[in-house]
Amino acid sequence: MRASYDVAIAGAGIVGAACAAECATAGLKVVVVEPGPIGGGATAAGMGHIVVMDDSPAQVALTHYSRTLWQELAPELPGDVEYVAAGTIWVAADEEEMAEVRRKQAVYAGIGVRTEILDAQALAAAEPNLRTGLAGGLLVPDDAVIYPPCGARFLMERARSRGAELLTDAVAELSQEGIRLRDGSFVPAGTTVNATGAWAPELTAGIEVRQRKGHLAITDRYPGFVHHQLVELGYLKSAHSTAADSVAFNAQPRRTGQILIGSSRQFGAEHAAVDAPILGRMLSRAVEYMPRIAELSALRVWTGFRAATPDKLPLIGPCPGQPRIYLATGHEGLGITTSLATGKLVAGQILGHPCAIPIEPYLPGRRQEEARHE
Amino acid sequence: MNEQITLSVNGRPVTVVAGTMVSTAVALAGAFFRRSVTGEPRAPLCGMGICFECRVTIDGREQCRSCQVVCAEGMEVRTDA
Amino acid sequence: MPELAYDVLVVGAGPAGMAAACRAAESGAKVAVVDDNPRPGGQIWRAGRGGYASGAIAWLATAERLKVESIAGASVFAAPAPGLLALETFAAGSLEVAYKKLVLATGARERFIPFPGWTLPNVMGAGGLQALAKGGLPVEGRKIAIAGSGPLLLAVGKYMHEHGADVRLIAEQAPRASLVRFGCGLLLHPEKLMQAIGFGGSLFGVRYLTSCWPIAAQGGDKLESVTLRRGARTWTEACDYLACGFGLVPNLELAALLGCRMSESGVAVDEYQASSVAGVYCAGEITGIGGLELALVEGEIAGLAATGRLETARRRFGARESGRRFAAAMERAFALREELKTLPQADTLVCRCEDVALGRIRSYRGWREAKLHTRCGMGPCQGRVCGSALEFLEGWRTDSMRPPVFPAKVGSLIEVSASLQSTVDKC
Repeated sequence: MRASYDVAIAGAGIVGAACAAECATAGLKVVVVEPGPIGGGATAAGMGHIVVMDDSPAQVALTHYSRTLWQELAPELPGDVEYVAAGTIWVAADEEEMAEVRRKQAVYAGIGVRTEILDAQALAAAEPNLRTGLAGGLLVPDDAVIYPPCGARFLMERARSRGAELLTDAVAELSQEGIRLRDGSFVPAGTTVNATGAWAPELTAGIEVRQRKGHLAITDRYPGFVHHQLVELGYLKSAHSTAADSVAFNAQPRRTGQILIGSSRQFGAEHAAVDAPILGRMLSRAVEYMPRIAELSALRVWTGFRAATPDKLPLIGPCPGQPRIYLATGHEGLGITTSLATGKLVAGQILGHPCAIPIEPYLPGRRQEEARHE
Repeated sequence: MNEQITLSVNGRPVTVVAGTMVSTAVALAGAFFRRSVTGEPRAPLCGMGICFECRVTIDGREQCRSCQVVCAEGMEVRTDA
Repeated sequence: MPELAYDVLVVGAGPAGMAAACRAAESGAKVAVVDDNPRPGGQIWRAGRGGYASGAIAWLATAERLKVESIAGASVFAAPAPGLLALETFAAGSLEVAYKKLVLATGARERFIPFPGWTLPNVMGAGGLQALAKGGLPVEGRKIAIAGSGPLLLAVGKYMHEHGADVRLIAEQAPRASLVRFGCGLLLHPEKLMQAIGFGGSLFGVRYLTSCWPIAAQGGDKLESVTLRRGARTWTEACDYLACGFGLVPNLELAALLGCRMSESGVAVDEYQASSVAGVYCAGEITGIGGLELALVEGEIAGLAATGRLETARRRFGARESGRRFAAAMERAFALREELKTLPQADTLVCRCEDVALGRIRSYRGWREAKLHTRCGMGPCQGRVCGSALEFLEGWRTDSMRPPVFPAKVGSLIEVSASLQSTVDKC
């Protein structure tokens, strides 16, 4: 039996790695258990977009806080993390969406997030490859993009440089006493953290996390084809939908000049194989916004599984009834953005320190609280 | 079939025998094919369409593997050089 | 998207594919051969300026006589549904081809082992230089060093010599003793090879050095010289081209995409060349590197079996057996020696698409992690060059296949799924 750790974290995706880095920085004795590559789950599959998302006040608070943490960390990030403050442009196809642009701007202004409304001309100047006839958009210049697996690796290295250990094995069982590994050995810990993303319900029964499959495609190098992370305003309708398969236009320039094209959402798709019809819909949607995308050479297509919760907010904090098991999962499409804030909230709660933002909206016990108040 | 055809590589005319691959025309023009991500000059490696080092722009179409395209009269080829 | 339909579709117009197409077409089946090159022949039968080799001509003429159709310049990038392949062409966009039976004869590519200077322009594969020369690259009077391993080096040396190149030497990494045990019936009479090896290593006037390999290439903007090692001795040869390949690796990607089970050497097939996927046959190098004669026999058996002529297929089993023995002997003779694993230095690029050096790659625990963290293998070659190198250098398994099998235009990917959708809607 090993000596006890303060914190044992299951999962070295970007969220687990961020939790490890924060806990280790705070002086806690940390161990991370991960059978595969660091950042090999949803972290590897996503777009790496760091964005302030205004789906709800709680989401805007979490993403804004976390984006600020990324901005503070940026100067220390090595080149392979590819941090670029590319900015986001929320693209409005018509006047109805321009009204949404103005609403969004007001929300962002209220919390001090810099934005600029682009009319049709300004949008075309900012992104010449967008089709003509779009109404305009909202530029959020301080949003950024990274290459997530290297971000996760950087955070794990930071954690290890502050004493955290990494065990390469799968988690067989996660309890308040610690983590049992697949090889049978037991890792005792004061607190365990379930940061296993879409697989979290396998280790902690009863948590409301569902797998939400997504597709992405990456092209060969076309430097200058797109300059900002482009997201259609219909994106939130797609992320909102809890039933249907949906696609929404997303395009991102990588520092290499390759273009990352997304996004799709499906529930109930268990297999990781590429789903040709939904891939087709996703790519068609992209071509609707940027016609020349049809001519670009696609090098790879892949899928990943987001961890989705019913209220679209992550689960960050202790499990009801099992106070020594923490959840750090359910981040859906915002795991990269909110990883750093999640690390702060987890470390803060473990240590009993006040957190920079209210923790209540993300507590795993919140839905039982709501039920009780009804 | 010894018909000669003329195409252009980076604006320079190159004349080859019909049936010649674009990769040969680029080599004859003395051009590099592409620059790697760290700026190294690159030329074909495999000759059979799997290494992608021979990519050039042909008649405006980017990222074409020149070792598998036959030269055509008036073709415009552009390289990274 | 236009749709074509065949009884038997053959992917790959090399010896295995042409043999399969001919035998299948004999039965009256509607047969087509798909190949990404503009003309048939694959690699070993690639037509030069003088046309095709005589062995190829016979099969190509038979295919024409039997009305085998040719879909040339077409790259298979996806298998959207059972019985359907999606192809992309340079000239005519994408198309879908339906089949009742499929024969995969996608051949092999060269194995490249990185060494300092290998990314210089004019360092090529051995087959690579030959392919480019056959495609018109002038070699007359050029100084050419040929290195690496395998009978291919001899074929390339002979071709270059016959076309007026100044072939400085052929450096074969295998030791003389291995080669003496092996009769190279591929392109030369065994006697000639014995003669060459036995009598101080001269082959049709070209130095043939065993236990010899390149350790570095030098040059500014392009190749100027190569340093070779043989035993304790190293020396540098000035040259214009270095044709360097260390054996062959089967092109398994399409078979993997279709879900065919693999064996140690390639796609696992039964005695009728049938893979583990119903209706899909595999022949030639993809069932295991084996050379021309074996590829022809396997192709014949696949074509016969795909058209239900099992008894005729069985009559070719004997020839296949002897082909397999030859292939096994060839593999033993040209086995890659351990010292080659020390060719690349820490700062030698292994992934040419993303410029990733060996030192960085080695700091990870496996192919998937190295890919994720260095982007090695994530470029357009999809790991065909670096992955095969790392299989040798590190012993990593570098398979895992997702569509597109080859890069394809976004528009082509859309067209594939659109027609698939409409097939689904029709049900």
